Amino acid sequence: MILLLKGARVIDPAQNTDDMLDLLIADGKIIQRGPSLQPPPGTQIINLAGLIAAPGLVDMHVHLREPGLEYKETIASGAAAAVAGGFTSIACMPNTEPVNDNRSVTEFILRKAREADLAHVYPIGALTTGSDGKRIAEYWDLREAGAVALSDDGKPVMDAALMRRAMEYAYSLDLPVIQHCEDKDLSTGGLMNEGYWSTQLGLPGIPSISEEVMVGRDILIAEYTCTRIHIAHVSTAGSVRLIRDAQKRGVQVTAEAAPHHFTLTDQAVAGYNTNYKVNPPLRTPDDVKAVKEGLADGTIAAIACDHAPHARTDKEVEFEYAACGISGLETSLGLSLELVHDGTLTLAGLIAKMSLEPARILNIPAGTLAEGQTADITIIDPTLEWTVDVNSFRSLGKNSPFHGRRMKGRAVMTFVQGVVKYDGRVARP
Amino acid sequence: MIKLAKKDILGIQEMTTEEITLILDTAESFLEISTREIKKVPTLRGKSVINLFYEASTRTRTSFELAGKRLSADTINISASTSSVVKGETLIDTARNLEAMNPDIIVIRHSAAGAPHLLAGLVRQSIINAGDGAHEHPSQALLDMLTIREKKGKIAGLKVAIIGDIAHSRVARSNIYGLSKMGAEVVVAGPPTMLPREVDKLGVRAYTKLEEAVTDADVVMMLRIQLERERQNIFPSLREYARHYCLNRLNLGLAKKDVIVMHPGPINRGVEISPDIADDPSCSVILNQVNNGVAVRMALLYLLTGGGQ
Repeated sequence: MILLLKGARVIDPAQNTDDMLDLLIADGKIIQRGPSLQPPPGTQIINLAGLIAAPGLVDMHVHLREPGLEYKETIASGAAAAVAGGFTSIACMPNTEPVNDNRSVTEFILRKAREADLAHVYPIGALTTGSDGKRIAEYWDLREAGAVALSDDGKPVMDAALMRRAMEYAYSLDLPVIQHCEDKDLSTGGLMNEGYWSTQLGLPGIPSISEEVMVGRDILIAEYTCTRIHIAHVSTAGSVRLIRDAQKRGVQVTAEAAPHHFTLTDQAVAGYNTNYKVNPPLRTPDDVKAVKEGLADGTIAAIACDHAPHARTDKEVEFEYAACGISGLETSLGLSLELVHDGTLTLAGLIAKMSLEPARILNIPAGTLAEGQTADITIIDPTLEWTVDVNSFRSLGKNSPFHGRRMKGRAVMTFVQGVVKYDGRVARP
Repeated sequence: MIKLAKKDILGIQEMTTEEITLILDTAESFLEISTREIKKVPTLRGKSVINLFYEASTRTRTSFELAGKRLSADTINISASTSSVVKGETLIDTARNLEAMNPDIIVIRHSAAGAPHLLAGLVRQSIINAGDGAHEHPSQALLDMLTIREKKGKIAGLKVAIIGDIAHSRVARSNIYGLSKMGAEVVVAGPPTMLPREVDKLGVRAYTKLEEAVTDADVVMMLRIQLERERQNIFPSLREYARHYCLNRLNLGLAKKDVIVMHPGPINRGVEISPDIADDPSCSVILNQVNNGVAVRMALLYLLTGGGQ
């Protein structure tokens, strides 16, 4: 079947395109793009006047919980949440049960993703077996099975010598290493950002230096070994500064930021609502400002939501015992668009950080609307005002502190390989 | 009489000076009951109070229990283990079960900061926070303020020094909020490892030397050192701590002549306070604090069950 997407404002940062163009799609690919295309007979035409056509969004940091924690999320429910949030490609962290540290788990994830047939799912393999920080996993095998990157995610590698070996070995295979930077000795027992609010609330603090010490360490390892490192969910001003300085020296370091870290501050924890418990924790207004500056000047290339779905039982407990994380896939674009509304980023800049840039970091085929490319396309209504309602989430995780928040702009259609996987268009006057 | 327009007592921070004064005045009027031969009045007959303690406590639990009994309320003590939060009934389920039994007040102590707030949002009963993690211990601060008012005739204008592990102390936080609201000048002191980050933003001056804080103080409040903190490298040894942060005759001499010395208990003799100071009736008001504790808790139970309306 041939499909014509007509009259959209096509924003394709990979080709510096921002124009009213038509996109002609056949066999899952974009076969032609240009102004006022004449479609062949029998073409299905979708009128997208007033809407934006962007490259399918990419989130390089999500948790899909399967295998093992299906009560929180499954690959199918997570992929459904992805397309509902405008994402056509997601990369899932290995902290499942069992950990994705071997070929069979990677293959299982890919099979489940194929069965779900919604978004592209790219598994991230573990850096160490069982993510226990003791022995490096079989990266060659993981890559052959389909893993696109390596990370121990929430159990960062504390052993600097092992981290060096892991980065060297992974680099030779062209597998990016992603580090959740947290010195576990400095953060022991911490439940929120250490600062005025932790002092007031009597909650043990997680100091900003617990993140920065490891950002600094991994930058130095990357520099010394001439390898590369990707810093996940940057949350502090100090981390932004370390990364910016390293990039200026030519170190191969990239970074991502999560919407909650540029939207909320640690003050939100007052009241002990466990939906604000997240790791890294919400930081200070100065940190939020620095993360936004890092996004604006390019220090932080990508936006990734760290989608961390949890069941009610994980969150409806005392703050101390609650699980960390936010179910983010269905609010990520809306929150990130606030950066456009407040002038931090241009619309094209934002779209690049949510498609082209993470695709480049992971080296996956996504992030552009060039002719001949897979027709992964996100249609965004930039003016649609809506209210976040966790009860309408496709994700099994309803844990969002943004429930009830008013947003402007959202994905209204999501095409994966030329097929509509989400259609949320509302009747427009 | 003014009414306490609150469902719960979760912390001093959200209290007004009028509310604090009302509670202290009410407590003062209850002090006399504990001196009677028959220490019981029928005021709360037919009311029930559940003491839900997830953390070991002798003083506070006994004090709440006696307070309820002296007002003729039925009091029930439940000791729960926080270890059962992993396996077994959640706090929310426990709360819903207790709520279904229709008590009037639930007094809760919990090692997790914010646990009383979770409870308060769930059940229709009044919740009294009897200590949540390192957050607040409002009834302790109220009894401390009652004791200061009793001994000094006022709170406003006094210099109060709080010494010890401020970072991990709910007593310190509640007193900082309460005493500052009532017009006292609050200073704190302890090794830097025991001072929480940005503590000055709570409205206090912080020192790392005991002597600096105690100088010209009207009130010195010593905090209990938790011995297990030694293992976390917060201080090197009890010996070194005691040499520099133990209140003794010499350093207390820097305070005002008529200084009073307080301690929320239980005390570590010779660690944070020397025995001759703790036992000196000319300055130590430690046992007055305990006595006032019952009256303050009577006042809280009375005011929360609609007393004065």
